[in-house]
Amino acid sequence: MDWQALALTLKLATVTTAILLAVAVPLAAWLVLGRSRWLAAVEALAALPLVLPPTVLGFFLLVLLGTRTALGRGIAGLLGHPLAFSFAGLVVGSVIYSLPFAVQPLVAGFAAVDPALVDAGRLLGAGPVRLITSLLLPLARRSLVAAAVLTFLHTMGEFGVVLMLGGDIPGATRTLSIVLYNQVENFDYAAANRTAAILLGLSAAALAAIYFSGRGLSRRGLSGRGLSGQRTNGRGQNGQGQDGSRRGGSRA
Amino acid sequence: MGAGKTGKARTEAGAEAAVLEMALHVRRGGFHLDIECSFASSWTVIFGPSGAGKSTLLRVLAGLELAESSRRQSVRVTLDGETLTDSAGRIGLKPGHRKTSLVSQQPALFPHLSVEANVGYGLKALDRPARLRRVAEMLELVDGSGLKDRRPADLSGGEAQRIALARALAPRPRLLLLDEPLSALDGVASDALLLCLQGWARESRTQVVMATHDASDALASGAEVALLHDGRMAALGPAAEVLAAERVRLLSRLGFVEKPGAPKPTI
Repeated sequence: MDWQALALTLKLATVTTAILLAVAVPLAAWLVLGRSRWLAAVEALAALPLVLPPTVLGFFLLVLLGTRTALGRGIAGLLGHPLAFSFAGLVVGSVIYSLPFAVQPLVAGFAAVDPALVDAGRLLGAGPVRLITSLLLPLARRSLVAAAVLTFLHTMGEFGVVLMLGGDIPGATRTLSIVLYNQVENFDYAAANRTAAILLGLSAAALAAIYFSGRGLSRRGLSGRGLSGQRTNGRGQNGQGQDGSRRGGSRA
Repeated sequence: MGAGKTGKARTEAGAEAAVLEMALHVRRGGFHLDIECSFASSWTVIFGPSGAGKSTLLRVLAGLELAESSRRQSVRVTLDGETLTDSAGRIGLKPGHRKTSLVSQQPALFPHLSVEANVGYGLKALDRPARLRRVAEMLELVDGSGLKDRRPADLSGGEAQRIALARALAPRPRLLLLDEPLSALDGVASDALLLCLQGWARESRTQVVMATHDASDALASGAEVALLHDGRMAALGPAAEVLAAERVRLLSRLGFVEKPGAPKPTI
């Protein structure tokens, strides 16, 4: 069992999840609350990694962060080593690759919060930060958990980006999925089975945690309306309702 | 703020009331709102049927609807000479920065906070003891002192509306916008709350603009009435004049038939 690879994988997933939540919460709030005409383009860009082949993304990042470009050379000069083929480079790749998995549950959760509540908060003087911390996050808590778990799992299992951008350096860029790939290549199916079982077990446990926590929260009656995220009518009605300017109108 | 308080007017009672001036040309899909007028009374009722544009008007006044200035749209709102919104000059004070509160039909209480925290939400600038004092004061005003630890989900419709009212009054707005806020209360409770609200507004010198489609509400407040029809201001004046036709309709439904020459009933 490659404990070093397991530790590295967990570390990569943890760092990536932390960075992505810090980025995705304000981004998702902006996408839901904002009025800019560029929001549709930003939302599309944030979803792009979902459909982009990971190898393509890894290749672009490899070129961009390697010593072929001015940016890559600048970063290399700053860090003392190129970002490609390093743990920091993997983090950059993972953050971009997993961005949609953090942004999309949060956008769905924030959009399900009744716009009338956001209006009430604004009228009482809340700025964007207070709207997020006092209303959006507490009312979309399940979406936050879902975003964190999905990001973590997606990063744990990524392969294409890691292989293209990180190579296979033990302790720096060799993650569990690379280990699994190597084991299969060497026809070591017994070891491959154990590695695959670890990845499967972690994924299943995390997903079970999401679903149980969701049930537990709504059963406690702690405003099941907000937590379940089922009330998507807030978004739909607003598009056609008398106050169509908040979201629907801004796109028109 | 910077602007001088120039627009004072004297009402018949002698009390000074702020002047709310507006020039609105707003397009919302097929709906056009074209209103240019000023409210000088301390209590103005906007009366009109559903779909006349009452809610849109209040949302524009509250700063929730921002109209981008264009050839067909413009919004200018001043209160007491201070500009709240001026789309041409790209001025738009944010909803929380214009000392304006809006209570709508839907109470929109924050479901995850207690009643006390809901009422105190707009009082972040106060320290804790002052905030709790103000919250208690507001809850007493709307007869909701016993509800302070409850969650919004455990309130009746009428209770929720009273708490929403307390939450809007707590920051002591200069301008209070009411969008049929008493619709979930029964007649007696609604009248009592309206009366106490009028007393509060007079004491705190808050200008109130209340939208309603209920003629009896409009007549009961005895205020200046703006008749809104299809996005336009059809009339503006004392309730007895503007709503004369509505008054006759209500009275005849109650069995008072006005005969020409007979003394008018004094309701």
